[in-house]
Amino acid sequence: IETSVPFATHRCDPPSRTVETNPQELLSFFRVMATMRRMEIAADSLYKAKLIRGFCHLYDGQEAVAVGMEAAITKKDSIITAYRDHCTFLGRGGTLLEVFSELMGRQGGCSKGKGGSMHFYKKDSGFYGGHGIVGAQVPLGCGLAFAHKYNKDDAVAFALYGDGAANQGQLFEALNISALWDLPVILVCENNHYGMGTAEWRAAKSPAYYKRGDYVPGLKVDGMDAFAVKQACKFAKEHALKSGPIILEMDTYRYHGHSMSDPGSTYRTRDEISGVRQERDPIERIRKLILAHDLATEKELKDIEKEVRKQVDEAIAEAKESPMPEPSELFTNVYVKGLGVEAYGADRKEVRAVLP
Amino acid sequence: MTVRDALNTALDEEMSADPKVFLMGEEVGEYQGAYKITKGLLDKYGPERVLDTPITEAGFTGIGVGAAYHGLKPVIEFMTFNFSMQAIDHIINSAAKSNYMSAGQMSVPIVFRGPNGAASGVGAQHSHCYAVWYASCPGLKVLAPYSSEDARGLLKAAIRDPDPVVFLENELLYGETFPVSAEVLDSSFCLPIGKAKIEKEGKDVTITAFSKMVGYALKAAEILAKDGISAEVINLRSIRPLDRNTINASVRKTNRLVTVEEGFPQHGVGAEICASVVEESFGYLDAPVERIAGADVPMPYAANLERLAVPQVEDISRNHLISGISEMYMWDPCYYWGGTAH
Repeated sequence: IETSVPFATHRCDPPSRTVETNPQELLSFFRVMATMRRMEIAADSLYKAKLIRGFCHLYDGQEAVAVGMEAAITKKDSIITAYRDHCTFLGRGGTLLEVFSELMGRQGGCSKGKGGSMHFYKKDSGFYGGHGIVGAQVPLGCGLAFAHKYNKDDAVAFALYGDGAANQGQLFEALNISALWDLPVILVCENNHYGMGTAEWRAAKSPAYYKRGDYVPGLKVDGMDAFAVKQACKFAKEHALKSGPIILEMDTYRYHGHSMSDPGSTYRTRDEISGVRQERDPIERIRKLILAHDLATEKELKDIEKEVRKQVDEAIAEAKESPMPEPSELFTNVYVKGLGVEAYGADRKEVRAVLP
Repeated sequence: MTVRDALNTALDEEMSADPKVFLMGEEVGEYQGAYKITKGLLDKYGPERVLDTPITEAGFTGIGVGAAYHGLKPVIEFMTFNFSMQAIDHIINSAAKSNYMSAGQMSVPIVFRGPNGAASGVGAQHSHCYAVWYASCPGLKVLAPYSSEDARGLLKAAIRDPDPVVFLENELLYGETFPVSAEVLDSSFCLPIGKAKIEKEGKDVTITAFSKMVGYALKAAEILAKDGISAEVINLRSIRPLDRNTINASVRKTNRLVTVEEGFPQHGVGAEICASVVEESFGYLDAPVERIAGADVPMPYAANLERLAVPQVEDISRNHLISGISEMYMWDPCYYWGGTAH
């Protein structure tokens, strides 16, 4: 399969535009992306029904990045991202039940209801969160890469950040160190073109994020094309293991607003959003490929979508049955080793606990 | 043994015992440490485990925390804790909270260490004590050694601990020599986190202090002894967890309390100790608690002003006198006039 557009490069030769795949992979891309899409739409409804609290950032539109990246790497590799983390978690092998339980603050959540939307983790599959401070996850990702190099395990770390975070100073600090030390890290800028409501050109003197590593090579990738993402991530992993950091700018788009309080329509036009949906939608792209190669019929794909919908609905129903955390959980996990120290509730006469 | 050698040998032994332990910071390698705490370790363990960083606190602290997420045990040196302000987000948001937010999936076995608080003649931006900043945050452990025994035992405990530890040293103590026992010199030596040490037993007044101020408190206790006043000196060792039991037990015995710290008084360690004693032992107090702390001003440069800005031994011995033991001082206008009249 040919990628949609050529890769733009900075200080490196581009990988081939021809990507190898097979019917199984195409169908699995379709199913996984449809699940992600349906999951995020359902989260939107749950939020509006007041079953999800606080912040909630949805990923619909950007699914090809999570899916393409996973197709190029293994669970030995590490991934770290910011707060728009539901689909990355799912991509690493997290379950719908864990997602919805966490979103609703239930015991069955991936963080037992103590993290919330922005703090999903799956360390046993190399997913290190789920971070709420814009840009902080980039040095942390470089630290994961440091550990891979230190342990000589031939794995790499992917640090994902948005175009908003791309202007944080600590990103350049960590990139400098990573380049000095040849850390096997891939900085993945998911450029959805708006940091909250600020268009990229209003926040970045140079919005060519793949070039902003200066001495670090970079690739600009169509982030709506899962195969371009896969090819770029495969290329980047090989590069990182051999020569250290590389930047991948994923040209992508979020259909939803920044978070649930943002209708997403004050700083961009509805035409822009519907234009992307019609011309670049990552799931539609895969659907077309499947149909063009006669790998499934339209009805079969519709059936997959129905199945996915059912799975999502079942997971929500099950998550609603998951109990809220026990009050005693308030005092667990503050430390690995609490040393038996006393901790206090709001009124220490009423609530105090010995930390486990 | 000097505090410097105590810290150096503790690092050396823990690196030797656990290959996951590595050092990272500005000038820790080829320069041998800005204060020579890491002297010789680059030669011994090589550049994979002793890493000179560029001057980028946010960058290397974040990298350290990320490495700890993956299971390594970084020891991050801040040339001074003043510079940790550039990286405090990673200490608070990336290190302290991850284990909780992930319901125990993401432990962060890391040590942040370096000199903290006032040195000598280095002005306001290099003299700040951050003990209470870090100690106010659940998820962190905050240690402050005084002696060589403390330095060795607490640093080893910090490195072995599975949680993030902020380890506050004092530049002016690095060169000080303390006697140490054979037990302290043994490579298995380790002190418990969260336990204070009663440096000197007494019965008339409790003095709490940490880091350099422990030495001042002990000197003040000697002066008081000449006046027939028996002071109990508590070396806090751990600011978080705070050893409330030891402090309260002592106050219940002496019925009087003086807290000493170099940091600012407002929301200080003394304020927290005072609150704890009011909560737990109010009925045992025979006099109001006294706080001795750094003056509530940014650190001045001039020697005479600097001296006025940090507690002196006589502040501790004098101030304690007004805690109801020598009532006559209590209303002495000279005390209110300048504080140095006595």
